[in-house]
Amino acid sequence: MGKISVRFFARYAELAGCESSAVNVPTPATVADVIAKVRDVFPGTQAIPARPLAALNRRQVKLDAPVTEGDEVALLPPLSGG
Amino acid sequence: MMHLTRHRLAVDDLLAEVQSPERGGTCVFLGTVRTDDDVRAIDYSAYEAMALEEAERILGEALARWPEARVMLQHRLGVIPAGEASIAIAAAAPHRDQAFTACRYVIEEAKKRLPIWKKEMHADGTATWVDPSGKQIAGEFRDR
Repeated sequence: MGKISVRFFARYAELAGCESSAVNVPTPATVADVIAKVRDVFPGTQAIPARPLAALNRRQVKLDAPVTEGDEVALLPPLSGG
Repeated sequence: MMHLTRHRLAVDDLLAEVQSPERGGTCVFLGTVRTDDDVRAIDYSAYEAMALEEAERILGEALARWPEARVMLQHRLGVIPAGEASIAIAAAAPHRDQAFTACRYVIEEAKKRLPIWKKEMHADGTATWVDPSGKQIAGEFRDR
């Protein structure tokens, strides 16, 4: 098992009910596995789209990116800066 | 580099960071909160650590493309009243073509890539998350 930090922002933080937490996933694992676990642990996040934008250690990645113990996965609502 | 601030943007500070006697053309872009749809203010939030890193990547790309140009960026966070600026970009280069082009590149990439979000605050007290894709994803999103 690997412990992965998770971060939620904006609308997704409202759905999750928190801005940061951590989940344990069986390794090897991907960002998609982390998101699946997040949906179990934080039922409000089931309203997040099936394939959300995600960042791994502060860089946007595809959902098949591998994760390891201590990584930080962030779920990003559609970006709207500027 | 990019500065994130919760205060009014300081364009003079940006200009001081990019201008020099070798750079004869300088342009500034300001993005300002609009009043459309009864918007009174926008509450901006960010994944600050990633936003700073992503901005460095964007500015590094601009420097690689236009080595003689200097570009700086400020983004304001928190509640910004309509009529006040949320983003400021200053670009200076030996000639105006490069300054305009580099400035345009940075604002377009910033809007696509910075992990920053807007919540519009309306006159009637309601608030709406902005989704630039226009898709209804979760809750009441509006096209922007």
